[in-house]
Amino acid sequence: MRNLLEARSRLLQEIRLFFLTRSFLEVDTPLLVQNPGSDVHLDAFAVASHNGAHAGHLITSPEYQMKRLLCAGSGPIFQLGKCFRSGELGRMHEPEFTMLEWYRPNAGWNDVMNDTEELVATLAASLGVQELHTAKGSVSLTRPWPRVSVDEVFRRHTGKSCFEVSDEEFFERFAFEIDPHLGSEEAMFLVDWPAHMASLARIRERSAPPVAERFEAYIGGAELCNGFGELVDADELARRCESDRQTRERLGKTVYPDDIELIEAQRKGMPESGGNALGVDRLLMLLLGKEKLADVIPLPHAVR
Amino acid sequence: MYDFAEIKKNLKVLIDNVPYTVVDFQFVKPGKGQAFNRTKLRNLITGAMLERTFKSNESLVKADIEARDFEFSYADGDKYVFMDKLNFEQLFLGADQLADARFFLQDNMPVSVLFWNEKPIGVTPPSHVEMQVAQCDPGARGDTATNVSKPAKMAPTMVEVAVPIFINEGDWLKIDTRTGEYVERINRK
Repeated sequence: MRNLLEARSRLLQEIRLFFLTRSFLEVDTPLLVQNPGSDVHLDAFAVASHNGAHAGHLITSPEYQMKRLLCAGSGPIFQLGKCFRSGELGRMHEPEFTMLEWYRPNAGWNDVMNDTEELVATLAASLGVQELHTAKGSVSLTRPWPRVSVDEVFRRHTGKSCFEVSDEEFFERFAFEIDPHLGSEEAMFLVDWPAHMASLARIRERSAPPVAERFEAYIGGAELCNGFGELVDADELARRCESDRQTRERLGKTVYPDDIELIEAQRKGMPESGGNALGVDRLLMLLLGKEKLADVIPLPHAVR
Repeated sequence: MYDFAEIKKNLKVLIDNVPYTVVDFQFVKPGKGQAFNRTKLRNLITGAMLERTFKSNESLVKADIEARDFEFSYADGDKYVFMDKLNFEQLFLGADQLADARFFLQDNMPVSVLFWNEKPIGVTPPSHVEMQVAQCDPGARGDTATNVSKPAKMAPTMVEVAVPIFINEGDWLKIDTRTGEYVERINRK
Protein backbone atom coordinates (compact mmCIF):
# COMPACT_ATOMS: atom_id res chain seq x y z
CA MET A 1 0.00 0.00 0.00
CA ARG A 2 2.78 2.40 0.97
CA ASN A 3 4.52 1.85 -2.39
CA LEU A 4 1.29 2.60 -4.24
CA LEU A 5 0.68 5.77 -2.24
CA GLU A 6 4.23 6.94 -2.92
CA ALA A 7 3.94 6.27 -6.66
CA ARG A 8 0.55 7.99 -6.84
CA SER A 9 1.75 10.98 -4.89
CA ARG A 10 4.85 11.32 -7.11
CA LEU A 11 2.69 11.03 -10.24
CA LEU A 12 0.20 13.71 -9.16
CA GLN A 13 2.98 16.16 -8.22
CA GLU A 14 4.92 15.51 -11.46
CA ILE A 15 1.77 16.17 -13.47
CA ARG A 16 1.31 19.49 -11.69
CA LEU A 17 4.97 20.39 -12.22
CA PHE A 18 4.72 19.56 -15.94
CA PHE A 19 1.86 21.97 -16.54
CA LEU A 20 2.88 24.72 -14.11
CA THR A 21 6.33 24.96 -15.74
CA ARG A 22 4.57 25.37 -19.10
CA SER A 23 2.61 28.36 -17.80
CA PHE A 24 -0.71 26.57 -17.33
CA LEU A 25 -2.97 27.60 -14.46
CA GLU A 26 -4.38 24.83 -12.29
CA VAL A 27 -8.16 25.17 -11.94
CA ASP A 28 -10.70 23.31 -9.81
CA THR A 29 -14.18 23.72 -11.27
CA PRO A 30 -17.40 22.38 -9.66
CA LEU A 31 -18.09 18.65 -9.43
CA LEU A 32 -21.80 19.18 -8.67
CA VAL A 33 -23.48 20.68 -11.76
CA GLN A 34 -26.84 20.93 -13.49
CA ASN A 35 -25.69 19.60 -16.86
CA PRO A 36 -23.14 16.77 -16.67
CA GLY A 37 -22.78 16.63 -20.47
CA SER A 38 -24.95 15.34 -23.28
CA ASP A 39 -22.84 12.35 -24.44
CA VAL A 40 -25.26 9.58 -25.31
CA HIS A 41 -23.12 6.84 -23.79
CA LEU A 42 -22.26 8.41 -20.45
CA ASP A 43 -24.57 8.35 -17.42
CA ALA A 44 -24.12 10.65 -14.46
CA PHE A 45 -24.85 10.12 -10.78
CA ALA A 46 -27.81 12.18 -9.58
CA VAL A 47 -27.34 14.04 -6.31
CA ALA A 48 -30.06 14.73 -3.77
CA SER A 49 -30.22 17.39 -1.09
CA HIS A 50 -30.69 16.45 2.57
CA ASN A 51 -34.45 16.76 2.10
CA GLY A 52 -34.45 14.45 -0.94
CA ALA A 53 -34.86 17.17 -3.58
CA HIS A 54 -32.81 16.83 -6.76
CA ALA A 55 -29.70 19.00 -6.41
CA GLY A 56 -27.84 18.22 -9.64
CA HIS A 57 -25.42 15.65 -11.04
CA LEU A 58 -21.77 14.78 -10.57
CA ILE A 59 -19.56 15.62 -13.56
CA THR A 60 -18.56 12.89 -16.02
CA SER A 61 -15.79 15.26 -17.14
CA PRO A 62 -14.91 18.91 -16.32
CA GLU A 63 -15.09 19.84 -20.02
CA TYR A 64 -18.11 22.15 -19.97
CA GLN A 65 -16.90 24.05 -16.90
CA MET A 66 -13.32 24.44 -18.20
CA LYS A 67 -14.52 25.67 -21.60
CA ARG A 68 -16.49 28.41 -19.88
CA LEU A 69 -13.21 29.50 -18.26
CA LEU A 70 -11.49 29.45 -21.68
CA CYS A 71 -14.21 31.71 -23.03
CA ALA A 72 -13.66 34.03 -20.07
CA GLY A 73 -9.99 34.46 -21.02
CA SER A 74 -8.34 31.99 -18.65
CA GLY A 75 -5.46 31.13 -20.98
CA PRO A 76 -4.02 27.60 -20.79
CA ILE A 77 -5.57 25.62 -17.94
CA PHE A 78 -5.40 22.12 -16.46
CA GLN A 79 -7.43 20.25 -13.87
CA LEU A 80 -6.61 17.18 -11.80
CA GLY A 81 -9.75 15.87 -10.20
CA LYS A 82 -12.39 13.22 -9.78
CA CYS A 83 -15.00 12.32 -12.40
CA PHE A 84 -17.98 10.04 -11.92
CA ARG A 85 -19.63 7.67 -14.42
CA SER A 86 -22.58 5.60 -13.32
CA GLY A 87 -22.72 1.96 -14.39
CA GLU A 88 -19.05 1.68 -15.31
CA LEU A 89 -17.22 -0.98 -13.33
CA GLY A 90 -14.76 -3.49 -14.68
CA ARG A 91 -11.08 -4.29 -15.08
CA MET A 92 -10.46 -0.90 -16.69
CA HIS A 93 -13.33 1.06 -15.16
CA GLU A 94 -14.19 2.55 -11.80
CA PRO A 95 -17.31 4.67 -11.32
CA GLU A 96 -15.15 7.30 -9.58
CA PHE A 97 -11.75 7.96 -11.15
CA THR A 98 -9.08 10.65 -11.46
CA MET A 99 -9.02 12.66 -14.66
CA LEU A 100 -6.37 15.04 -15.96
CA GLU A 101 -7.93 17.49 -18.38
CA TRP A 102 -6.13 20.40 -20.09
CA TYR A 103 -6.83 23.05 -22.71
CA ARG A 104 -4.54 25.18 -24.88
CA PRO A 105 -6.27 28.24 -26.41
CA ASN A 106 -4.90 29.47 -29.76
CA ALA A 107 -3.65 25.97 -30.47
CA GLY A 108 -4.91 22.79 -32.09
CA TRP A 109 -5.13 19.08 -31.56
CA ASN A 110 -1.56 18.45 -32.72
CA ASP A 111 -0.32 20.62 -29.87
CA VAL A 112 -2.13 18.61 -27.23
CA MET A 113 -1.03 15.35 -28.85
CA ASN A 114 2.54 16.59 -28.48
CA ASP A 115 1.79 17.50 -24.85
CA THR A 116 0.55 13.94 -24.30
CA GLU A 117 3.70 12.33 -25.67
CA GLU A 118 5.89 14.68 -23.64
CA LEU A 119 3.87 14.19 -20.47
CA VAL A 120 3.97 10.40 -20.63
CA ALA A 121 7.73 10.47 -21.35
CA THR A 122 8.33 12.81 -18.39
CA LEU A 123 6.22 10.75 -16.00
CA ALA A 124 7.79 7.47 -17.12
CA ALA A 125 11.25 8.93 -16.51
CA SER A 126 10.30 10.22 -13.05
CA LEU A 127 9.09 6.75 -12.06
CA GLY A 128 12.17 5.12 -13.55
CA VAL A 129 10.22 3.34 -16.31
CA GLN A 130 11.73 3.00 -19.80
CA GLU A 131 9.40 0.56 -21.44
CA LEU A 132 5.89 -0.32 -20.38
CA HIS A 133 5.21 -3.94 -19.47
CA THR A 134 1.72 -5.27 -19.97
CA ALA A 135 0.36 -8.83 -19.80
CA LYS A 136 0.72 -9.02 -23.57
CA GLY A 137 4.31 -7.81 -23.79
CA SER A 138 6.35 -4.61 -23.79
CA VAL A 139 5.14 -1.37 -25.32
CA SER A 140 7.62 1.19 -26.58
CA LEU A 141 7.07 4.89 -25.86
CA THR A 142 9.40 6.11 -28.59
CA ARG A 143 8.39 9.47 -30.03
CA PRO A 144 6.77 10.45 -32.21
CA TRP A 145 3.83 8.11 -31.63
CA PRO A 146 2.29 7.01 -34.94
CA ARG A 147 -1.04 8.65 -35.84
CA VAL A 148 -3.40 6.19 -37.59
CA SER A 149 -6.92 7.00 -38.77
CA VAL A 150 -10.00 5.15 -37.51
CA ASP A 151 -10.81 4.16 -41.09
CA GLU A 152 -7.35 2.74 -41.75
CA VAL A 153 -7.44 0.66 -38.56
CA PHE A 154 -10.94 -0.57 -39.36
CA ARG A 155 -10.02 -1.49 -42.93
CA ARG A 156 -6.86 -3.30 -41.86
CA HIS A 157 -8.88 -5.41 -39.50
CA THR A 158 -12.14 -6.02 -41.36
CA GLY A 159 -11.38 -5.20 -45.00
CA LYS A 160 -14.32 -2.76 -44.91
CA SER A 161 -14.41 1.01 -44.58
CA CYS A 162 -15.66 2.30 -41.23
CA PHE A 163 -17.92 4.69 -43.15
CA GLU A 164 -19.81 1.80 -44.72
CA VAL A 165 -20.89 -0.13 -41.63
CA SER A 166 -23.66 0.42 -39.11
CA ASP A 167 -22.79 2.09 -35.81
CA GLU A 168 -23.63 -1.17 -34.11
CA GLU A 169 -21.03 -3.11 -36.10
CA PHE A 170 -18.54 -0.26 -35.69
CA PHE A 171 -18.80 -0.28 -31.87
CA GLU A 172 -18.84 -4.03 -31.47
CA ARG A 173 -15.85 -4.61 -33.72
CA PHE A 174 -13.84 -1.91 -32.02
CA ALA A 175 -14.76 -3.02 -28.52
CA PHE A 176 -13.90 -6.71 -28.91
CA GLU A 177 -11.70 -7.13 -31.96
CA ILE A 178 -9.76 -3.92 -32.54
CA ASP A 179 -9.24 -1.99 -29.29
CA PRO A 180 -7.41 -4.79 -27.45
CA HIS A 181 -4.70 -4.80 -30.13
CA LEU A 182 -4.16 -1.07 -30.50
CA GLY A 183 -0.83 0.17 -29.19
CA SER A 184 0.25 -3.37 -28.35
CA GLU A 185 3.85 -2.81 -29.45
CA GLU A 186 4.14 0.96 -29.48
CA ALA A 187 2.05 3.80 -28.10
CA MET A 188 -0.12 5.31 -30.83
CA PHE A 189 -2.84 7.88 -31.54
CA LEU A 190 -6.10 6.84 -33.22
CA VAL A 191 -7.27 9.90 -35.19
CA ASP A 192 -9.94 11.17 -37.63
CA TRP A 193 -13.26 9.94 -36.28
CA PRO A 194 -16.30 9.86 -38.65
CA ALA A 195 -18.01 13.25 -38.35
CA HIS A 196 -21.19 11.96 -36.65
CA MET A 197 -19.00 10.65 -33.78
CA ALA A 198 -17.24 13.97 -33.33
CA SER A 199 -18.55 14.57 -29.80
CA LEU A 200 -17.33 18.13 -29.11
CA ALA A 201 -14.49 18.10 -31.65
CA ARG A 202 -14.48 20.34 -34.72
CA ILE A 203 -14.89 18.83 -38.18
CA ARG A 204 -11.74 19.10 -40.28
CA GLU A 205 -12.29 21.51 -43.16
CA ARG A 206 -12.43 20.04 -46.64
CA SER A 207 -12.28 16.47 -45.32
CA ALA A 208 -14.17 13.96 -47.45
CA PRO A 209 -15.79 11.94 -46.09
CA PRO A 210 -15.94 14.48 -43.24
CA VAL A 211 -13.90 13.54 -40.19
CA ALA A 212 -13.53 15.10 -36.77
CA GLU A 213 -10.34 16.37 -35.17
CA ARG A 214 -10.69 13.78 -32.45
CA PHE A 215 -7.92 11.52 -31.15
CA GLU A 216 -7.44 8.76 -28.61
CA ALA A 217 -4.09 7.47 -27.36
CA TYR A 218 -3.71 3.69 -27.03
CA ILE A 219 -1.03 1.91 -25.04
CA GLY A 220 -1.12 -1.86 -24.70
CA GLY A 221 -4.78 -2.11 -25.75
CA ALA A 222 -5.84 0.48 -23.18
CA GLU A 223 -7.42 3.79 -24.15
CA LEU A 224 -5.46 6.40 -22.23
CA CYS A 225 -7.04 9.68 -23.28
CA ASN A 226 -9.56 11.34 -25.58
CA GLY A 227 -8.82 14.79 -27.05
CA PHE A 228 -10.08 17.27 -29.59
CA GLY A 229 -9.36 20.17 -31.80
CA GLU A 230 -12.24 21.85 -29.96
CA LEU A 231 -15.57 22.87 -31.46
CA VAL A 232 -15.96 26.62 -30.91
CA ASP A 233 -19.08 27.36 -32.99
CA ALA A 234 -21.99 27.97 -30.59
CA ASP A 235 -24.75 27.09 -33.08
CA GLU A 236 -23.10 23.77 -33.95
CA LEU A 237 -22.71 23.05 -30.21
CA ALA A 238 -26.40 23.72 -29.63
CA ARG A 239 -27.32 21.52 -32.58
CA ARG A 240 -25.22 18.59 -31.31
CA CYS A 241 -26.61 18.90 -27.79
CA GLU A 242 -30.16 18.83 -29.16
CA SER A 243 -29.37 15.78 -31.29
CA ASP A 244 -27.89 14.00 -28.26
CA ARG A 245 -30.97 14.87 -26.18
CA GLN A 246 -33.25 13.32 -28.79
CA THR A 247 -31.15 10.16 -28.90
CA ARG A 248 -31.10 9.90 -25.11
CA GLU A 249 -34.87 10.30 -25.03
CA ARG A 250 -35.29 7.63 -27.68
CA LEU A 251 -33.08 5.24 -25.67
CA GLY A 252 -35.07 5.90 -22.51
CA LYS A 253 -32.13 7.56 -20.76
CA THR A 254 -32.21 10.53 -18.42
CA VAL A 255 -32.17 13.76 -20.41
CA TYR A 256 -30.05 16.48 -18.82
CA PRO A 257 -30.80 20.18 -19.33
CA ASP A 258 -28.77 21.98 -22.00
CA ASP A 259 -25.76 23.90 -20.74
CA ILE A 260 -27.08 27.32 -21.73
CA GLU A 261 -24.18 29.03 -20.00
CA LEU A 262 -21.61 27.25 -22.17
CA ILE A 263 -23.56 27.87 -25.39
CA GLU A 264 -23.85 31.57 -24.56
CA ALA A 265 -20.19 31.77 -23.56
CA GLN A 266 -19.14 30.20 -26.87
CA ARG A 267 -21.48 32.57 -28.69
CA LYS A 268 -19.59 35.49 -27.16
CA GLY A 269 -16.41 33.89 -28.43
CA MET A 270 -14.12 30.95 -27.73
CA PRO A 271 -10.52 30.81 -28.97
CA GLU A 272 -9.57 27.94 -31.29
CA SER A 273 -8.25 25.39 -28.81
CA GLY A 274 -6.87 21.94 -28.37
CA GLY A 275 -7.91 19.93 -25.32
CA ASN A 276 -7.41 16.46 -23.87
CA ALA A 277 -8.88 14.32 -21.08
CA LEU A 278 -6.56 11.63 -19.72
CA GLY A 279 -7.25 8.83 -17.23
CA VAL A 280 -4.64 9.24 -14.50
CA ASP A 281 -5.39 5.87 -12.89
CA ARG A 282 -5.00 4.14 -16.25
CA LEU A 283 -1.69 5.89 -16.82
CA LEU A 284 -0.40 4.78 -13.43
CA MET A 285 -1.65 1.25 -14.13
CA LEU A 286 0.37 1.17 -17.36
CA LEU A 287 3.48 2.72 -15.81
CA LEU A 288 3.50 0.26 -12.90
CA GLY A 289 2.61 -2.74 -15.07
CA LYS A 290 -0.58 -3.55 -13.15
CA GLU A 291 -3.41 -5.71 -14.52
CA LYS A 292 -6.42 -3.75 -13.39
CA LEU A 293 -7.44 -0.25 -12.41
CA ALA A 294 -8.40 -1.26 -8.88
CA ASP A 295 -4.75 -2.24 -8.28
CA VAL A 296 -3.66 1.41 -8.45
CA ILE A 297 -6.53 2.92 -6.47
CA PRO A 298 -5.98 2.83 -2.68
CA LEU A 299 -9.69 2.36 -1.85
CA PRO A 300 -11.35 1.06 -5.02
CA HIS A 301 -15.09 0.63 -5.47
CA ALA A 302 -15.07 -3.09 -4.69
CA VAL A 303 -13.51 -2.53 -1.29
CA ARG A 304 -15.71 0.35 -0.17
CA MET B 1 -35.70 -7.46 -14.85
CA TYR B 2 -32.07 -6.94 -14.06
CA ASP B 3 -30.43 -3.75 -15.30
CA PHE B 4 -27.28 -4.09 -17.42
CA ALA B 5 -25.25 -2.59 -14.58
CA GLU B 6 -26.45 -5.30 -12.18
CA ILE B 7 -24.78 -8.17 -14.03
CA LYS B 8 -22.56 -10.17 -11.69
CA LYS B 9 -21.46 -13.75 -11.04
CA ASN B 10 -24.17 -16.19 -9.92
CA LEU B 11 -27.00 -13.97 -11.16
CA LYS B 12 -29.90 -16.24 -12.23
CA VAL B 13 -31.48 -15.18 -15.53
CA LEU B 14 -33.91 -16.52 -18.12
CA ILE B 15 -32.81 -16.72 -21.74
CA ASP B 16 -35.43 -18.03 -24.18
CA ASN B 17 -37.34 -19.28 -21.16
CA VAL B 18 -34.46 -21.41 -19.87
CA PRO B 19 -32.78 -20.60 -16.53
CA TYR B 20 -29.05 -19.80 -16.58
CA THR B 21 -26.51 -18.70 -14.01
CA VAL B 22 -23.81 -16.12 -14.81
CA VAL B 23 -20.46 -17.84 -14.46
CA ASP B 24 -18.27 -14.97 -15.66
CA PHE B 25 -18.60 -11.59 -17.30
CA GLN B 26 -16.36 -9.01 -18.90
CA PHE B 27 -17.37 -5.34 -18.87
CA VAL B 28 -16.09 -3.56 -21.97
CA LYS B 29 -16.61 0.16 -22.47
CA PRO B 30 -14.73 1.76 -25.33
CA GLY B 31 -14.49 5.54 -25.23
CA LYS B 32 -16.42 5.64 -28.46
CA GLY B 33 -19.74 4.04 -27.79
CA GLN B 34 -21.97 1.99 -25.60
CA ALA B 35 -20.81 -0.54 -23.07
CA PHE B 36 -20.98 -4.33 -23.49
CA ASN B 37 -20.99 -7.17 -21.00
CA ARG B 38 -19.61 -10.35 -22.51
CA THR B 39 -21.02 -13.10 -20.27
CA LYS B 40 -20.46 -16.83 -19.85
CA LEU B 41 -23.59 -18.59 -18.60
CA ARG B 42 -24.37 -22.14 -17.49
CA ASN B 43 -27.71 -23.73 -18.38
CA LEU B 44 -29.16 -24.80 -15.02
CA ILE B 45 -31.12 -27.65 -16.59
CA THR B 46 -28.57 -29.20 -18.95
CA GLY B 47 -25.31 -27.80 -17.56
CA ALA B 48 -24.29 -26.61 -21.04
CA MET B 49 -22.27 -23.38 -21.32
CA LEU B 50 -23.45 -20.38 -23.30
CA GLU B 51 -21.64 -17.19 -24.31
CA ARG B 52 -23.71 -14.08 -24.70
CA THR B 53 -22.85 -10.41 -25.17
CA PHE B 54 -25.28 -7.94 -23.63
CA LYS B 55 -25.42 -4.30 -24.71
CA SER B 56 -25.76 -1.50 -22.20
CA ASN B 57 -29.36 -0.80 -23.21
CA GLU B 58 -30.47 -4.39 -22.70
CA SER B 59 -31.96 -5.69 -19.50
CA LEU B 60 -32.05 -9.30 -18.34
CA VAL B 61 -35.07 -11.33 -17.29
CA LYS B 62 -34.83 -12.64 -13.73
CA ALA B 63 -35.14 -16.40 -13.29
CA ASP B 64 -37.13 -17.43 -10.25
CA ILE B 65 -34.43 -19.69 -8.85
CA GLU B 66 -34.12 -20.61 -5.23
CA ALA B 67 -31.56 -22.83 -3.53
CA ARG B 68 -32.71 -24.68 -0.41
CA ASP B 69 -30.76 -26.84 2.03
CA PHE B 70 -31.61 -30.55 2.18
CA GLU B 71 -29.98 -33.67 3.55
CA PHE B 72 -29.61 -36.87 1.54
CA SER B 73 -31.48 -39.67 3.34
CA TYR B 74 -31.27 -42.78 1.12
CA ALA B 75 -31.61 -44.12 -2.43
CA ASP B 76 -34.40 -46.53 -3.34
CA GLY B 77 -33.63 -47.88 -6.81
CA ASP B 78 -34.04 -44.95 -9.17
CA LYS B 79 -35.52 -42.69 -6.52
CA TYR B 80 -33.35 -40.54 -4.28
CA VAL B 81 -34.84 -39.25 -1.05
CA PHE B 82 -33.86 -35.94 0.58
CA MET B 83 -35.05 -34.31 3.75
CA ASP B 84 -35.73 -30.60 4.26
CA LYS B 85 -33.75 -29.73 7.43
CA LEU B 86 -36.22 -27.05 8.49
CA ASN B 87 -39.54 -28.84 8.31
CA PHE B 88 -38.46 -32.52 7.90
CA GLU B 89 -40.46 -32.83 4.69
CA GLN B 90 -39.25 -35.43 2.23
CA LEU B 91 -38.33 -34.71 -1.40
CA PHE B 92 -38.15 -37.51 -3.99
CA LEU B 93 -35.93 -36.91 -7.00
CA GLY B 94 -35.10 -39.06 -10.05
CA ALA B 95 -31.70 -39.79 -11.53
CA ASP B 96 -32.19 -37.29 -14.35
CA GLN B 97 -32.80 -34.45 -11.89
CA LEU B 98 -29.60 -35.34 -10.05
CA ALA B 99 -27.30 -35.75 -13.04
CA ASP B 100 -23.72 -36.44 -11.93
CA ALA B 101 -24.44 -35.44 -8.32
CA ARG B 102 -25.87 -38.92 -7.69
CA PHE B 103 -22.39 -40.47 -7.93
CA PHE B 104 -21.17 -38.59 -4.85
CA LEU B 105 -24.12 -38.87 -2.48
CA GLN B 106 -23.46 -40.27 0.99
CA ASP B 107 -25.82 -40.80 3.93
CA ASN B 108 -26.80 -37.55 5.68
CA MET B 109 -24.79 -35.49 3.17
CA PRO B 110 -25.89 -31.83 3.15
CA VAL B 111 -26.82 -30.69 -0.35
CA SER B 112 -28.32 -27.65 -2.01
CA VAL B 113 -31.42 -28.27 -4.13
CA LEU B 114 -32.15 -25.79 -6.91
CA PHE B 115 -35.82 -24.93 -7.53
CA TRP B 116 -37.11 -23.13 -10.63
CA ASN B 117 -40.67 -21.85 -10.27
CA GLU B 118 -40.95 -24.19 -7.28
CA LYS B 119 -39.85 -27.25 -9.30
CA PRO B 120 -36.60 -29.00 -8.34
CA ILE B 121 -34.17 -28.94 -11.28
CA GLY B 122 -30.81 -29.84 -9.80
CA VAL B 123 -28.80 -30.86 -6.77
CA THR B 124 -25.42 -29.50 -5.74
CA PRO B 125 -23.37 -31.63 -3.34
CA PRO B 126 -20.52 -30.14 -1.29
CA SER B 127 -17.58 -29.29 -3.61
CA HIS B 128 -15.39 -32.06 -2.18
CA VAL B 129 -16.26 -35.50 -0.87
CA GLU B 130 -14.25 -38.28 0.81
CA MET B 131 -14.69 -41.70 -0.80
CA GLN B 132 -12.98 -45.07 -0.35
CA VAL B 133 -11.48 -47.00 -3.27
CA ALA B 134 -13.59 -50.14 -3.72
CA GLN B 135 -11.79 -51.57 -6.72
CA CYS B 136 -8.61 -50.86 -8.65
CA ASP B 137 -5.39 -52.50 -9.87
CA PRO B 138 -2.70 -52.79 -7.17
CA GLY B 139 -0.66 -49.71 -6.43
CA ALA B 140 2.73 -49.45 -8.17
CA ARG B 141 5.64 -47.09 -7.60
CA GLY B 142 4.87 -44.21 -9.88
CA ASP B 143 6.96 -42.20 -12.24
CA THR B 144 5.26 -39.05 -11.07
CA ALA B 145 6.85 -36.98 -13.82
CA THR B 146 4.72 -38.63 -16.47
CA ASN B 147 1.47 -38.45 -14.43
CA VAL B 148 0.39 -41.98 -15.25
CA SER B 149 -3.07 -42.79 -13.93
CA LYS B 150 -5.43 -45.75 -13.71
CA PRO B 151 -9.18 -46.09 -13.24
CA ALA B 152 -10.60 -46.75 -9.75
CA LYS B 153 -14.16 -47.52 -8.64
CA MET B 154 -15.22 -45.55 -5.56
CA ALA B 155 -17.61 -46.80 -2.83
CA PRO B 156 -20.55 -46.80 -2.46
CA THR B 157 -21.76 -45.71 -5.92
CA MET B 158 -18.96 -47.41 -7.93
CA VAL B 159 -18.32 -44.19 -9.84
CA GLU B 160 -15.06 -44.39 -11.81
CA VAL B 161 -12.32 -41.85 -11.12
CA ALA B 162 -8.84 -41.58 -12.68
CA VAL B 163 -6.27 -41.93 -9.86
CA PRO B 164 -2.44 -41.99 -9.61
CA ILE B 165 -0.94 -45.49 -9.99
CA PHE B 166 0.31 -45.61 -6.37
CA ILE B 167 -3.29 -45.73 -5.04
CA ASN B 168 -4.53 -49.01 -3.48
CA GLU B 169 -7.94 -50.52 -2.75
CA GLY B 170 -9.15 -49.29 0.63
CA ASP B 171 -7.44 -45.88 0.29
CA TRP B 172 -9.55 -42.86 1.18
CA LEU B 173 -9.47 -40.16 -1.48
CA LYS B 174 -10.71 -36.58 -1.71
CA ILE B 175 -12.74 -36.11 -4.91
CA ASP B 176 -13.87 -32.83 -6.49
CA THR B 177 -17.61 -33.27 -7.11
CA ARG B 178 -17.70 -30.50 -9.71
CA THR B 179 -15.19 -32.18 -12.03
CA GLY B 180 -15.23 -35.80 -10.81
CA GLU B 181 -11.45 -35.59 -10.42
CA TYR B 182 -9.02 -36.99 -7.86
CA VAL B 183 -7.67 -34.27 -5.56
CA GLU B 184 -5.51 -36.13 -3.03
CA ARG B 185 -5.18 -39.20 -0.83
CA ILE B 186 -6.17 -38.59 2.76
CA ASN B 187 -5.41 -40.25 6.09
CA ARG B 188 -8.58 -41.82 7.41
CA LYS B 189 -9.07 -45.00 9.42
